[in-house]
Amino acid sequence: MISNLAWIFFSTLLINNFTLAMFLGLCAFFGVTTKIDTGWRLGAANTFVLVMTAVSVWFLNRFVLAEAPYLRTIAFIVVIASLVQIVEMIIKKFLPVLFRELGIYLPLITTNCAILALALFQTTRKYNLIEGIVFALGAGLGLTLALTLMASIRERLDVADIPAMAKRMGLVLIIASCMSMAFMGFAGMGSG
Amino acid sequence: MTTEAAIAPAAAEPFVPGAPPPAPLRLDVWRGIADDNPVMIQMLGLCPTMAISNQVSNGLGMGAATIFVLVCSSFLISLLRKVIPAEVRLATYILIIATFVTIADLVMQAYSPVLSKTLGPFVPLIVVNCIILGRAEAFAGKVGPLRAVADAIGMGLGFLLALLIMCAFREVVGSGMFLGHPLFGPNYEPWVFMIMPPGGFLTMGLMFLAMGWWGERKKALLKKAVA
Repeated sequence: MISNLAWIFFSTLLINNFTLAMFLGLCAFFGVTTKIDTGWRLGAANTFVLVMTAVSVWFLNRFVLAEAPYLRTIAFIVVIASLVQIVEMIIKKFLPVLFRELGIYLPLITTNCAILALALFQTTRKYNLIEGIVFALGAGLGLTLALTLMASIRERLDVADIPAMAKRMGLVLIIASCMSMAFMGFAGMGSG
Repeated sequence: MTTEAAIAPAAAEPFVPGAPPPAPLRLDVWRGIADDNPVMIQMLGLCPTMAISNQVSNGLGMGAATIFVLVCSSFLISLLRKVIPAEVRLATYILIIATFVTIADLVMQAYSPVLSKTLGPFVPLIVVNCIILGRAEAFAGKVGPLRAVADAIGMGLGFLLALLIMCAFREVVGSGMFLGHPLFGPNYEPWVFMIMPPGGFLTMGLMFLAMGWWGERKKALLKKAVA
């Protein structure tokens, strides 16, 4: 049981990292990673939403979607949109400073494909409630890891002297490619 | 006078409130393919572009599904634009988009189960493709159905174009095949790297580098011509 959970956690965190191995949540990965602080804060907000989504998706799968599987996509996106709205209200009420810092990125979590993908994977892999929560934690921390690493590199890039043709996005994507290659090295963990 | 001057430059920007300036339908289509290409210029919809671009057949399927959803939802949103209250417009758009994505998903599962299996979660994930919601918010929700459809076709074709460039490069280099047909004979050692995740980032990076090089060159030529 514990080893199964640990396997789910680490394989989602490192081997199948949502951003670097499965191309999910790239908008945030390229759009928000200019400062380390915003990077990891957004990662944390995403992790929170991911865990909440995992719980609600389990309830949806258990009690609603068994009767009407064709409503899957619609039900998931509606639940995610309302969840993000609720999280936004809670943060606005209790943590106004964080709310101001995250700004537009909070509502944008709704259209982060990582969230919907988590819901879909959880459904196809038939995870139970605890497995789902661990899966969401792994995915969220994996996102946070990728966002923070990328933001740290890009903070250094700001002061580096790079050719004009690579200024827009070219260099950032090639760096992402190198990071993705590095994360492929973790694939060896699977056999051991 | 001053307000008009302030609005005019903003209206050309894709993501600001306010209707887009009037233009002939031909331009509405062309804008999505070239000047405002959703992937290469606006940098939207990067996730599917990189994730499924290791085979040309995947690219064609994904492009077709996205064009279907984009055109249908733009048409419906444009028809309903006066009925949808501004406060809940995003939720309404998402619901309309999700409906068409469900249709596309079920049709694909029924008629090409193999393709549906390879694309996996990326078919339902069309719901959160920022291109579609972006066009609904910036264009379809503000203009008549004819222009909305023209714009959707243009953006869809622009997405397909970017997707096919990526797919063709990655499939030819990465597995030595095009649409499943071997190209280089048995002695070719495929660069497996290119069809794995880092290859996706690298191909996209090379594409942006090429475009940056092109832009710099144009600027330099212009400077020379002026001087």
